[in-house]
Amino acid sequence: MIVENSEVILSVKDLTADVDGVQILKGLNLEIKAGEVHAIMGPNGSGKSTFSKILAGHPAYTVTGGEVIYKGQNLLELKPEVRAREGVFLAFQYPLEIPGVTNSDFLRLSYNNLRKHKGLEELDIIDFDDFIQDRLEIVEMNPSFLSRSVNEGFSGGEKKRNEILQMAILDPTLAILDETDSGLDIDALRIVAGGVNKLSTPDNASLVITHYQRLLNYIIPDFIHVMENGRIILTGDKNLALELEEKGYDWLKEEEAVLA
Amino acid sequence: MTIQVSELIDEQELKAAISTRSKRAVNGQQFAAQVMGLHSDLAPAVFAELRQAASDRLLSLTFPTTKDEDWKYTDVSILGEYTFADRDADMQVANALMSQHLVPEAIGNMIVFVNGEYSPELSDCSQIEEGLIVGTLATLDDRILPKLRSHLAQHPDATDYFASLNTASIADVAIILVPKNLVVTNPVQLMFITAPQLGQGRLITQPRCLVVAENHSNLTLVQSFVGVDNQAYVTNVVTEIWLAEGAQVNHTKVQWQGNESVHISTTAIAQARHSIYKNQSIGFGAKISRHNLMVQQMAEQTETILTGLAYTDGDQLTDTHSCIAHNYPYGSSQQLHKCIADGRSRTIFNGKIQVAKLAQQTDSAQLSRNLLLSGKARVDTKPQLEIFADNVKCAHGATISQLDADEIFYLQSRAIDAESATKLLTYAFAAEAIGRIPVLSVQRSLSQFVLEKTKMQ
Repeated sequence: MIVENSEVILSVKDLTADVDGVQILKGLNLEIKAGEVHAIMGPNGSGKSTFSKILAGHPAYTVTGGEVIYKGQNLLELKPEVRAREGVFLAFQYPLEIPGVTNSDFLRLSYNNLRKHKGLEELDIIDFDDFIQDRLEIVEMNPSFLSRSVNEGFSGGEKKRNEILQMAILDPTLAILDETDSGLDIDALRIVAGGVNKLSTPDNASLVITHYQRLLNYIIPDFIHVMENGRIILTGDKNLALELEEKGYDWLKEEEAVLA
Repeated sequence: MTIQVSELIDEQELKAAISTRSKRAVNGQQFAAQVMGLHSDLAPAVFAELRQAASDRLLSLTFPTTKDEDWKYTDVSILGEYTFADRDADMQVANALMSQHLVPEAIGNMIVFVNGEYSPELSDCSQIEEGLIVGTLATLDDRILPKLRSHLAQHPDATDYFASLNTASIADVAIILVPKNLVVTNPVQLMFITAPQLGQGRLITQPRCLVVAENHSNLTLVQSFVGVDNQAYVTNVVTEIWLAEGAQVNHTKVQWQGNESVHISTTAIAQARHSIYKNQSIGFGAKISRHNLMVQQMAEQTETILTGLAYTDGDQLTDTHSCIAHNYPYGSSQQLHKCIADGRSRTIFNGKIQVAKLAQQTDSAQLSRNLLLSGKARVDTKPQLEIFADNVKCAHGATISQLDADEIFYLQSRAIDAESATKLLTYAFAAEAIGRIPVLSVQRSLSQFVLEKTKMQ
């Protein structure tokens, strides 16, 4: 929701970035305030996923210019784990499998790192078990998932639900969902989107990156940005998604060519 | 041009290396004579023939060098520089190692050797199940002698230089005899502790183990080799395991010896019809370790499952040479060998699968997976399939990889620092192998070790 005079959570100015010497972001600007849901759409290769990974601190990308201010601090100076502890969360398009490590141990390690950062006492297995029960309900997840190895043998939908479970545990200020809808059937999509909506408050914000309009029927954005060739070229409200769905991205490219 | 020059240099280095090697070549007869002379007075008469036969065989065997295909990567010529001597045990250290490595599930079912000698103080056979025989020459009576004669040193694959040296010096045997149809509830632990007092001369111990599992019996065995750090000692062990029809043996071997020690081990398995042998061989210790794991499927429809895990660091070298011989139809084997190499360490795996002409319908799968944690570590892995039957399924594969930056990033994005992420991912790599060990306390202590050992790159 758009809230009057709410705090700016993320401010990106003229961001440029390279991977392996190839420029991917070419002057990206974006401002996200508390309470808002933003969506970034755009064709493959436009730089959407790169942007999400840069915000989370992936080492493969080099920022060459511009700035990213998160809650008043220079986000780019922080290590990835510190960003996560400060409330930046990235739900991965392809979550990692970690054989031999139970989901419950992994989630507890993750949550305790957050608690340590906040100066809180770490939770033992029993307290963590209590804590996690209502979080499981948010993503309609069976507790038996906790004793299985992280994402190992999970279906596509289960992996994405596990991502949202991690989000529910880390309770981020800025949640970035990178193509969370890819590979989901309609039931899984409903559960995942429902989880994101339940976690949304006036104090936090979400950035939803998607290729398709479908997800935005479930997570209603306040703003839709269209990304093309490393920049945001158009911003609109939720109706823009329908227009894009109908016309595709090509008309924008043509329009941009005319403007250039 | 530049490339040619560097090739020339390499060649010169190679020649220099070869010439140093040949200078250091060990005289096998002299070496054997020195080792066999150490305990000749203690040898019980019952082994006289076996010792003589092995000692005769040694005359025709040479000390392995890196010119031998089977020892190409593993230089054990350092043994030729050692002067061996008897050393008393430091019982305080031995006790500490004992409490660190004893398997709680096996309490009352354990035989302990210290510096190669049976230790009645540390062994505990108070809860051996009725019918099961666990002991040594000293603890068992003459009724075991027929089984000993029919099985000890009878395995065709325990006849190379080091195995023959062991047989030629044999003074005692750790013996497990599982009678027909007995399913042993608790695991049995055989522990070999090396803890010499400081002194002159190196200690060499040559443990010998014999397991005979009669028809349809079932045994879980944990074999532990532990020892002190910062002392150069040598272990040369031979284990023979005989599985009769329908028998099942689950065997975990943990090699956790000191960082300056040399560990040479021969494990020779013979499987009768419908038997199942599972082995998990874990190698964490020793400066140089070599494991020859030889399995003979000696009848139809036998199953062999081998799992290996090595984790090396510093200038450690660990070498596993395995051979599964499928000699009869409907045999199956599965092998997973995992190595983690850090520092300047080296791991070597040579996995031979033999399928004889008669062994139709063999189903075999082998996978060697390797994780390099350092740019200076080295992994050599080689599947070796020798197939003479035409209707068989034999899969094999090998991978060598590093920790993936994407994987570490995933954990970092979940608030976990890079060091913990490295530990967790290394542990995850090892977990598949550790998870196959049937004894929980062993799983736990190995997992703990992997988590603690892994350091930030």
